[in-house]
Amino acid sequence: MVASNLETPTKAPVIHIKGIRKTYVLSEENIVHALRDVELAVHEGAYVAIMGPSGSGKSTMLNILGCLDRPSDGEYWLGGDDVSKMPDDRLSEVRGKRIGFIFQSYNLIAQLSVLENIQVPLIYQGEDPRDHHDHCVGLAKLVGLGDRLDHRPAQLSGGQQQRVAIARSLVNDPFMILADEPTGNLDSKTGTEVLDMLDKLNGEGKTIVLVTHDDATASRAQRVIHMLDGRIDREVINRP
Amino acid sequence: MRLGTNFVGTVRLGVKSLMLHKLRSALTMLGIIFGVCSVIAMLAIGEGASYEAQEAIKKLGSNNIILRSIKPAEEANQSGSARGFELEYGLTYDDAVRILKTVPGVTRVLPMRIIRENVRFDQNEFPCQVIGTLPFYTEIVGVDVVRGRFLTTTDETYQNNICVLTASLASKLFPFQDPLKMSIKVAGVYYQVVGIVRERNMVEQRSQTGGSENEALDNNIYIPISTSKSRFGESIMKRTAGSFSAERVELHQITVQMQDTDAVETADPQIMTLLKRFHESIDYETIVPLELLRQAEQTKRIFNIVLGSIAAISLLVGGIGIMNIMLATVTERTREIGVRRALGAKKKDIITQFLVETVVLSVGGGLIGVVIGVVTPYIVSTLADMKTIVTVSSVLLAFGISGAIGIMFGIYPARSAANLDPIEALRHE
Repeated sequence: MVASNLETPTKAPVIHIKGIRKTYVLSEENIVHALRDVELAVHEGAYVAIMGPSGSGKSTMLNILGCLDRPSDGEYWLGGDDVSKMPDDRLSEVRGKRIGFIFQSYNLIAQLSVLENIQVPLIYQGEDPRDHHDHCVGLAKLVGLGDRLDHRPAQLSGGQQQRVAIARSLVNDPFMILADEPTGNLDSKTGTEVLDMLDKLNGEGKTIVLVTHDDATASRAQRVIHMLDGRIDREVINRP
Repeated sequence: MRLGTNFVGTVRLGVKSLMLHKLRSALTMLGIIFGVCSVIAMLAIGEGASYEAQEAIKKLGSNNIILRSIKPAEEANQSGSARGFELEYGLTYDDAVRILKTVPGVTRVLPMRIIRENVRFDQNEFPCQVIGTLPFYTEIVGVDVVRGRFLTTTDETYQNNICVLTASLASKLFPFQDPLKMSIKVAGVYYQVVGIVRERNMVEQRSQTGGSENEALDNNIYIPISTSKSRFGESIMKRTAGSFSAERVELHQITVQMQDTDAVETADPQIMTLLKRFHESIDYETIVPLELLRQAEQTKRIFNIVLGSIAAISLLVGGIGIMNIMLATVTERTREIGVRRALGAKKKDIITQFLVETVVLSVGGGLIGVVIGVVTPYIVSTLADMKTIVTVSSVLLAFGISGAIGIMFGIYPARSAANLDPIEALRHE
């Protein structure tokens, strides 16, 4: 099944990328076009996987989707705002509020406990974590770590650490969860557990964008976007 | 992590991060600890040293000019008098009268005769200074009458054989009796004790005696100057090895009291000119406490500047140590910085985080340094018998500087942390 954005949108997409380019000028002769005219619309509650070989622009796409980088040209609408030209501080705010990050190497903060790690994004929104204690404990329970609140990341297994990261990504109730190779460092069993958890979150209505090069992982998504040479090469719809 | 809403949390996080490397943090703090400690301790020692000198000088009286008889230089008396002859030198009653009458601004002139003799009561005998002086001695030199009375004009007029003892001498001579109304014997003459005084200042006589027996310093006996003149005569016999020598000194000291400190400055050269005219050789010296006080203050200022700069340099070195470690920390925690940025931290949040860590290091070191800095002078003063004064201002200064150093040397590492590209930082291994 090959298709472009064929579904008729019932409402405005939560993620809407319009004609995005990203160009790196290394020198006058050496200009790298990491992204060329990418168009993408993702609706609320969707589960999208992005695949592609290295050098396909997948990482650049991820950085722009995650508001860690700004496109050279084009628009990126996230939850009703064009974030492509926002200043640094506003982008930080958007990252904190609207995007939940899950990384391949978990990226928990070593000196903080499980509960404190979950609270980090709250703190950067100017919230007092004590006001949200029950919420954070609830998230820890959701990922099955309600009894490990005081543990340090080093005391947890990889799968447990990734589950803490999932709980952390949910704490600000973001528009989208952006997962970068979430199972890359995990064995297949714990990887499956983590993916099951993402499925469950998607079932509850969370929008998920997942970057992977594993076909099995990608098969869980509704839409699989294959990238090549800075363009969306093809899109596979797994299920409606 | 806006300041205020969660400042305590930021500090707690900073401490937590520092505790990850306890040894490293402790070693980094050492620089500041030594710096702060040396600022406080050095200033305390300097303050103490100058305090003692200043107090001593103050008690000489800042309104006074002190003139003392000194033996003229050796070659001068060799020509005039052979060995064994009477040597005449020093200040005279005429000098005292001339100063009082001619120098403007002089309120009183106090003559003193100071003779070293042994004093005896019962079996007890001690070397002491017999000071012949006038009743207003107590008002010009800092002396408190503890018991009985001081000399009076009646004693002076009738050349009474009475005396006043210093408290320390009285307790040595009369360990078991009440000294009042008792008679002591000095050079074959009995004097009745009428009072006991406590001198506030011993420095005045210290250089005058020049003797080896230091305990004689506070062994003073005060008698009327008229009595001193009649009992001891103008000549004082001195027995040196194998021969006698006689000295004829009318007055050993004249304390000139001026009406105010301004008068001191104008009167000093006038007195010098006056004395020069009537003395063939320089057989006197002048001591101006006011000038000494100014010199002492000047010395203290220089002392403080030198000590302060040494301490400031050590604080600076401590600060550089902190900066060095924080730069290393930033590199080491690049990944964490990237994660925090991804999770919504603004640049200023990262700056705050690292700045707070640096300030925790420096202020923590500062606090420990203050404690050690306050204790060190105490140890120094007990071990080395030096007076030390820890002033509140030196503590505040040292502590303030340590905090300022934290911010100064923390700002660069913190900024470099905040300016990291989040993508690069996240990719950092």
